[in-house]
Amino acid sequence: MALLSFERKYRVRGGTLIGGDLFDFWVGPFYVGFFGVTTAFFAGLGTALMAYGAALGPTWNIWRISIAPPDLSYGLGLAPLAEGGLWQVITICAIGAFVSWALREVEICRKLGIGYHVPFAFGVAIFAYVTLVVFRPMLLGAWGHGFPYGIFSHLDWVSNVGYQYLHFHYNPAHMLAVSLFFTTTLALSLHGGLILSAANPGRDGTLRNNPSEVKTPEHEDTFFRDIIGYSVGTLGIHRLGLVLALNAGFWSAVCIIISGPLWNQGWPEWWNWWLDLPVWR
Amino acid sequence: MKLWIPFATAAGVFVAAAILFGADWDMPPVDTEQIGYRGTGMVLIKDREKQEDLRLANVAPEPLYEADPEGDRAGDVYENVQVLGGLSDDQFNLFMASITEWVSPEQGCAYCHNEENLASDEVYTKVVARRMIQMTQAINQDWQPHVAETGVTCYTCHQGQPVPANVWSRDLGPGEKGRALGWRDGQNVVSELAGVTSLPSNALESYLLEDEQIRVHSLTALPNGENTATTKETESTWALMMHMSESLGANCMTCHNSRAFNDWDQSPPQRVTAWHGIRMARDINQTYMIGLAPVFPDNRKGPEGDVLKVSCATCHNGVQKPLYGVSMLKDYLDSLGVKTNTDVPDYTTYTPGETQIMGPAKTTSLEPVSGMGDGGKALASAD
Repeated sequence: MALLSFERKYRVRGGTLIGGDLFDFWVGPFYVGFFGVTTAFFAGLGTALMAYGAALGPTWNIWRISIAPPDLSYGLGLAPLAEGGLWQVITICAIGAFVSWALREVEICRKLGIGYHVPFAFGVAIFAYVTLVVFRPMLLGAWGHGFPYGIFSHLDWVSNVGYQYLHFHYNPAHMLAVSLFFTTTLALSLHGGLILSAANPGRDGTLRNNPSEVKTPEHEDTFFRDIIGYSVGTLGIHRLGLVLALNAGFWSAVCIIISGPLWNQGWPEWWNWWLDLPVWR
Repeated sequence: MKLWIPFATAAGVFVAAAILFGADWDMPPVDTEQIGYRGTGMVLIKDREKQEDLRLANVAPEPLYEADPEGDRAGDVYENVQVLGGLSDDQFNLFMASITEWVSPEQGCAYCHNEENLASDEVYTKVVARRMIQMTQAINQDWQPHVAETGVTCYTCHQGQPVPANVWSRDLGPGEKGRALGWRDGQNVVSELAGVTSLPSNALESYLLEDEQIRVHSLTALPNGENTATTKETESTWALMMHMSESLGANCMTCHNSRAFNDWDQSPPQRVTAWHGIRMARDINQTYMIGLAPVFPDNRKGPEGDVLKVSCATCHNGVQKPLYGVSMLKDYLDSLGVKTNTDVPDYTTYTPGETQIMGPAKTTSLEPVSGMGDGGKALASAD
């Protein structure tokens, strides 16, 4: 398999966090590393267990397979495999695989000599997942508060947990997270549109102001300076995108961890602090 | 110096402090209850401290003593006993003592009676109380699908207060002002009766007084033109549901699986009880509260001049089973368990301070109201 130009730099020894040179090699285009091995182990075991859980369940319909957490009555203890124990083991496998992958990214960053932006960003996603299936269940006192592993069933869980608080749109952290998700997609679409219009030359230059050449960032900056008086710049847009996306994930985690452990009423009532401000109470 | 910095900082600190100390945060541990299959999110989570407060606030009092059901009938012993005439003298006096404890413990007998002449109906509250006793009897007999054998007594709602704590009256909310600018279409203000949301603020009037239907749910995944319910109609039902949840200290999961709100097969059985409860509240408001409107003085009416009405919160007071399911009725079955006299006087003829006997009797110049039925007995005791 041919090497890409940057792979020469990527395929250097060293930079491993654990195991020295033991797994410091490539299989085809893929770096292995110690954490590649643990990723494969956890991902393989977890997937196999999900297949086992599906076999125990009533359906092979891919949409409706569901591996549910234990009943609340098991608390923070272990449950029999067929009654939520599988969910518990699969959760361990999932966290093992996700964290291994993040650490493998760290090793690659070290080989490349770049910053840890990518593993950090993935770490925020892992944090959100762990918040859902570990932190919040622990605070509420039962693993049964985790979400089930199934395509439809986890959506039903999201819906019901939202309605536990009567109107989840009044959850302030949910408001922030939703706004940040939408802003992320808005920023991405603006950025994508800008890049496409700058990088896609017209066919033959027949369009006015469109000689058939790829534009430079000067053109991109000019466009946004014209339209809103400011251009965040080529590097800045990626920093902005990262900040928006990570905050979206982070505030999602916040909005669910406060629902239950720190708030048990309808979310609209939370806003009583605003209605009760001494300014107009 | 950039002046905005200290101002922005002060505002930030102020808002952060208001959020931290102003919002009614809970802390773990919590009590949880699973009401569906594991992993479906069909769960109630309740804060222990708030539950403790509710328990203290909703304690059913013990009966004062046990009355002897034998002996002379109250209707024969006393004048103008229209509804409870069938009780024994002892039972009647126990009931009078109890209702005083339940409704006007501070004001005493004089809250309803002219103490010079206990038989007189000149105090309006006595006329109201009689109608409320009829109502309580009707609830316990006709609305067992909702109140079951547990039943209700005056105390269920009144809890030691002449006017129950949780009643409602018409709320014009955002009002009528403006047809374009400032026109809010009955929503988008804080609606206390809809769980302090901005949902439509007149939902109780629509569903607990008028008989608006809740059927807004589409039966197909994609629109096919059959469901004509608007978003606002849907939000009105949500406002009612918020009110029900808040009234019962429950959440949507108590009665629904949110994956299909409309589907009875997927709903917990409590939804059936709630369905009857909506109709019961409607019946109480239409039959009893609205009818009593001429008797109430202005200070017992809402700001819009309509009579105070009941909602789910009136009985439930933040608890799923009022008074935590303790049946006070079992000690008052003879007085409140079954309907006795169901006659309704013409309340428009009532004059406070003058009317001596407010009954469907021929003592007034007006025609007797229809549905006299077995009113003869009542008339006998009234005379």
